[in-house]
Amino acid sequence: MGLSGALRRTTRWIAGHAPWSAWAWRSTAFTVAALPMALPAAAAFLFPKAAALTLFVLLILTPLLTLLQRSRFRELLEREIPAVSRGQRPLRPSALPAWLRAESTWRQYGYHLLVSPLAGIGGALIVLAWACGFAGASVYGWSWMLPAEYGGPGWTGRYDTVTVLGALLLLATPWLAAALARLDAFAAAALLGPNRAKELERRVEDLAESRADVLDAADLERRRIERDLHDGAQQRLVALAMNLGIARATLTDLPPEAKAVIDEAHREAKEAIEELNSLVRGLHPAVLEDRGLDAALSGIAARAPLPVELTVELARRPGPTVEAVAYFVVSEALANVAKHAKASRCRVDARRDADLLRITVTDDGVGGADPARGTGLVGLRKRVGSVDGTIVINSPLGGPTVVTVELPCGL
Amino acid sequence: MRAVIAEDSVLLRIGLVKVLEMAGFEVAAETGDAEALLAAVAAHEPDLALVDVRMPPGFTDEGVRAALMIRQQWPATSVLLLSQYVEERYAADLLAGRAGGIGYLLKQRVADVEEFIDAVRRVAAGGTALDPQVVSQLLLRRGGGIDPLERLTPREREVLALMAEGRSNAGIAAQLVVGESAVAKHINNILAKLDLPQADGDHRRVLAVLRFLDGTS
Repeated sequence: MGLSGALRRTTRWIAGHAPWSAWAWRSTAFTVAALPMALPAAAAFLFPKAAALTLFVLLILTPLLTLLQRSRFRELLEREIPAVSRGQRPLRPSALPAWLRAESTWRQYGYHLLVSPLAGIGGALIVLAWACGFAGASVYGWSWMLPAEYGGPGWTGRYDTVTVLGALLLLATPWLAAALARLDAFAAAALLGPNRAKELERRVEDLAESRADVLDAADLERRRIERDLHDGAQQRLVALAMNLGIARATLTDLPPEAKAVIDEAHREAKEAIEELNSLVRGLHPAVLEDRGLDAALSGIAARAPLPVELTVELARRPGPTVEAVAYFVVSEALANVAKHAKASRCRVDARRDADLLRITVTDDGVGGADPARGTGLVGLRKRVGSVDGTIVINSPLGGPTVVTVELPCGL
Repeated sequence: MRAVIAEDSVLLRIGLVKVLEMAGFEVAAETGDAEALLAAVAAHEPDLALVDVRMPPGFTDEGVRAALMIRQQWPATSVLLLSQYVEERYAADLLAGRAGGIGYLLKQRVADVEEFIDAVRRVAAGGTALDPQVVSQLLLRRGGGIDPLERLTPREREVLALMAEGRSNAGIAAQLVVGESAVAKHINNILAKLDLPQADGDHRRVLAVLRFLDGTS
């Protein structure tokens, strides 16, 4: 079984790499297809007097040639050379300077000027090799056609040697073509494709940009919801509570049951207002927009259930996204202190040093806050991370807990 | 007494008119934004302007800015601001200029109609009505460093907060369920501990307290 299996594999391998195999034809077609594409560069070498013109024409043709080369690799070698993503085709005149400055343009130019002619020579060699192989291997079939005075196998000595050499060349040519294709593919990947480092750099830029967009959109959305609730539900609830209040004050001769119902509804409405207010306030406080972080933070500090000492020193206002994150951080941190720390006082300190907004929240509570646990701290970390900020939570058992948040606000 | 109202929510406006009429005011104009409010005040020169803080077009602090203008240009008109949230910073702006005839309350306070009417009358008469939340923010703001407020007893702090809200001795006494003489004694202690002048009359006393809290004294 083992022997027959090995035999089958060997046969298959031979069939797959024979001169008549699909592999051989593909490699050949690929190398030969390089020939026409090498012509523009060849012109530069063949007519050195007109080099300036031909080199210029080659530059103009570069996007087209790159396109053709990429399709040659894709169709004949089944190898995808990724396109360089941006600023590649000088379709609009305004994109031309960027295209001329792009290092990818000049890498591609280098391929078309230097590699492409070599690949063309390679393609010609392959054509020649196939021709010689066929001619040699089939020498017995056509030698009788040679004129008599030319007669004889020449330097090879004998026709049987010629036949063997021709057959060997036929066997070797596909390998030669494959080797050339490999070299070409190697050069093309380096020169025609995107530069990996540059590409990553650009990708990081793109990601940073799109993340900023997403953050801004989320921020905008929060403001929109806040506005909608403020204009809608909050006003309605206040009006409802007011009308119940008016009823309570004016309808004095009602039966006690009806009075109790109104009282109850009045209280419920006021509680609903409180609840909705604190929810909406967490979305985006209007005062943050008008007066900045200092004013907004003093609001949450005052509403905290424990005494909060607040210091805010901001020479310049950070951007709205950073302000929103900073506000959220302090409000979450104070909520955590109130819920878990069993603290009696708390200090909030926010100051801006150059392009860094540093916020520390210190409490005198029991400590032991675990950043890995609890949705509050996880949410904080995510929100801070969204603007490339850092958060350090120092909370030994027994306290005190110090939360330090640094938000870059350079941009 | 005549009043003008600036509130962009029609629903609330209807209710506010009702409450003001209950309080014995004649509502001379109802407006929905700051510009119309200023025009109405100029036209009617009312005793009171009842103003929502957040109004078109910007929906931020239009009411506060309009209030500051009214206080500057029409000193005879008192302003009572209503807002979904009270901000110590706005309060500081409002108290910074000419004092008295100013109120700043959470919107939801209108639900307690009698107390609200009380505040409206107080402001229209040139007094002050600050929301307890504003007062607690002012107290907090005042905190930090060596704080004379630390010298106050908890009861005196309560009385101070009620004074800052603009309440009279009788009002404070009713709120704390104590006698007026006890309140008077607390107030004397507070004024002495904070080095404030012994002013006669609720109004001047409130001003002194607010100046103190605002840090401008």
